[in-house]
Amino acid sequence: MSDSRFWLRKYFSIAMFTLCGLSVVIAFIPLILIFYRTIAFGASALDWNFFTKLPTPVGETGGGLANAIVGTLILVGLGCCLSLPVGVMAGIYLSEYGQNWFGNTVRFLTDVLNGVPSIVTGVVAYTLVVLPMKHFSAYAGGVALGILMIPTITRTTEEILKTVPHTLREAALALGIPQWKTSLQIVLRTAIGGVVTGIMLAIARAAGETAPLLFTALNNRFWHTSLGQPIASLTVFIYNYSVSPFEDWIAQAWAGALVLMILILLLSIAVRFATRSSLSER
Amino acid sequence: MTEEIETTEPPAMKTEIHSTGGDGRISDRVKISAEHVSAYFGKTQAVKDVSLNIPEHAVVAIIGPSGCGKSTFLRSINRMHELIPDSRLTGKIALDGEDVYKMDAVLLRKKIGMVFQKANPFPTMSIYDNVAAGLRMGGMHDRKKISEIVERSLQQAALWSEVKDLLYKSGASLSGGQQQRLCIARALAVNPEVLLMDEPASALDPISTAKVEDLIYELKKTYTIAIVTHNMQQAARVSDYTAFFYMGELIEYDETRKIFTMPSKKQTEDYVTGRFG
Amino acid sequence: MLLEDSVKKEPTMERHFQKELEGLKTSLIKMGSVVEESIKLSTHAFLTGDMELAQRVIDSDNRINSLELEIDNAIIDLLALQQPVARDLRFIIAAQKINNDLERLGDHAVNIAESAVTMKKLPYIEILDEIPTMADVSQKMLKDALDGFILLDAALARSVLISDDQIDEMNRQVTKDVIELLKPNPQLIECGLELIRVSRNLERVADLTTNIAEEVIFQTQARVVKHHAEEKTDPPLLEDKRSR
Repeated sequence: MSDSRFWLRKYFSIAMFTLCGLSVVIAFIPLILIFYRTIAFGASALDWNFFTKLPTPVGETGGGLANAIVGTLILVGLGCCLSLPVGVMAGIYLSEYGQNWFGNTVRFLTDVLNGVPSIVTGVVAYTLVVLPMKHFSAYAGGVALGILMIPTITRTTEEILKTVPHTLREAALALGIPQWKTSLQIVLRTAIGGVVTGIMLAIARAAGETAPLLFTALNNRFWHTSLGQPIASLTVFIYNYSVSPFEDWIAQAWAGALVLMILILLLSIAVRFATRSSLSER
Repeated sequence: MTEEIETTEPPAMKTEIHSTGGDGRISDRVKISAEHVSAYFGKTQAVKDVSLNIPEHAVVAIIGPSGCGKSTFLRSINRMHELIPDSRLTGKIALDGEDVYKMDAVLLRKKIGMVFQKANPFPTMSIYDNVAAGLRMGGMHDRKKISEIVERSLQQAALWSEVKDLLYKSGASLSGGQQQRLCIARALAVNPEVLLMDEPASALDPISTAKVEDLIYELKKTYTIAIVTHNMQQAARVSDYTAFFYMGELIEYDETRKIFTMPSKKQTEDYVTGRFG
Repeated sequence: MLLEDSVKKEPTMERHFQKELEGLKTSLIKMGSVVEESIKLSTHAFLTGDMELAQRVIDSDNRINSLELEIDNAIIDLLALQQPVARDLRFIIAAQKINNDLERLGDHAVNIAESAVTMKKLPYIEILDEIPTMADVSQKMLKDALDGFILLDAALARSVLISDDQIDEMNRQVTKDVIELLKPNPQLIECGLELIRVSRNLERVADLTTNIAEEVIFQTQARVVKHHAEEKTDPPLLEDKRSR
């Protein structure tokens, strides 16, 4: 009697285990496919020109997406200028002082902002920056990306600061250190590793956005003359090139996608590296 | 009821050779006075109408079973209690006669230092920086002066000889007992007048505990010390006066030798003999 | 600078506790010497009829009693507040007993002094040889016992135990001699009684001194026992007690 129950259990266990393994494999398939395709189609277009030359007119070879790579970096940089101070400060506020109705409201709204479709963020940036300035610009793109990054940075900063043991705050306060100094110089300093991780995650997300840039930074086939002008970005280029009928453009789109993915991969590795070394210090 | 005990100052110690702790240096000056102090967490009352005086240069031990309000009372002295949301306090606590709740809290906490149960050195800072933290964040920038104070504080905490070659190592790299002494040095660096200790040795091994107790005995020449402890024998060894708390009330407060040889209240005697709690 | 560091490393609290123990020992030694002096003076007063000495002994009893109280309080404090263990505990318990013994020795000195005063008023009688001998021997016993305590010298303490038999014998002899003396001279009965009284007091002095010696042996032996577990050292101690 118990014998059969044993076998039932065993087979059920094996079945579940297999199912889990299968699910993992299935989950990985898209990632592997993407990598494979990207490398297969894009690697051929990756040459020195790609990283140094501007896009060439149709038919001409030897062009690159140098401006797009630089553009993406600039746009993300601008986004950081907006989102880092706002996000980190908001995160500090929510963690250290936000145990009240106001803090709860802010938290809720942050989560709402997080869920806003990125194209809507783009429209907002359009309304806020492009319309008054009367033209598309890198600033507008930066604002759009910045707004996108704020919720991520805020929430991760808050969560990581919350993990700092309360005893540390107590120790600082008991020494006669004012609350604000405690928050900034003791608590933040202790959790800085986690905060940086959050920022890098936000950057990774922003770097891969296309929709908000469509009507803020627009695009630019040439080097931008100033930040008040439209600027190129990898994502928009990929978007444009991939629906074009030209073969070499499509190849460049794949290459662009590959570069973007590698960029994000490098960033993730950097995050891992940063968090690991700060742990080993402890 | 218990009024005589509550409002009376403990008698000034006679210079007897046999008294542990009282070598005659306890002055008659009252350093900290508490009058009808009650502390609340929301609706719960943790401390019920406690009045007691702590003489200057005395070591006062606060004993009692878990949850009797002793830590809460201690924390209300340096206004750490008010940091807890929904907390409330009634009554008056005075340092040298001045109401502590009317002072600037930051200034107060520089005069009344605190050492906690679990040693909590700042993990991102070196030993040197830990001790200097209170000074630097209080606005001191004179490197030489800071260096002097750090050395003095570490010596006072009986830690200097063990760490003087390791000052730039992380504070968290020390053993538990050393970390606790580091926290004591850190608290002493800002030159407080009073030191509050909340079960400072309860997380330590016996040898580290003995070292911390030695320290307290040495420190009381310069500071006034109040220590909460659930270890009665420690209270007996280390303190001049002992206050027995039960369920938020101060049951008895007297010279330590009296509490441990002839307590006035049966409850006190039941507690110290281990009949309950 | 190295010396400074090692001195600073010294635990202060332990020094404080050790100081208290040393203080207790000093108090006992002080009391011991006062009692020694009392016994010496009282026997001398009895033998020479020096009333001033006798009065001094009677007056100094207060001092001995207050010393006893002081030491008693110190011991209670040490036990209650310091939770001593092992050799510290053995020392304190021995100290408590020695304290009691010394106080009673003081009482016997007073008794002898009182006998001296009474004798003065009575007709002259030849003081038996035993009494000065007993006085000398018992005083030496007390000195040796106290020295044994100071030096924790078990051998010295053991020598005290041996002398006790001598005193017991002499005490019996005194009683016999007094009976012999009184048979032809029944009017000397009061003198005879005083002689017996003094002899008995000296015998009690020897007994109490033997107690002190035994405390010393207990204190030192307990330490020795640890190292020589095979040696049965306990039975001899019990035997000593039983032989009295």
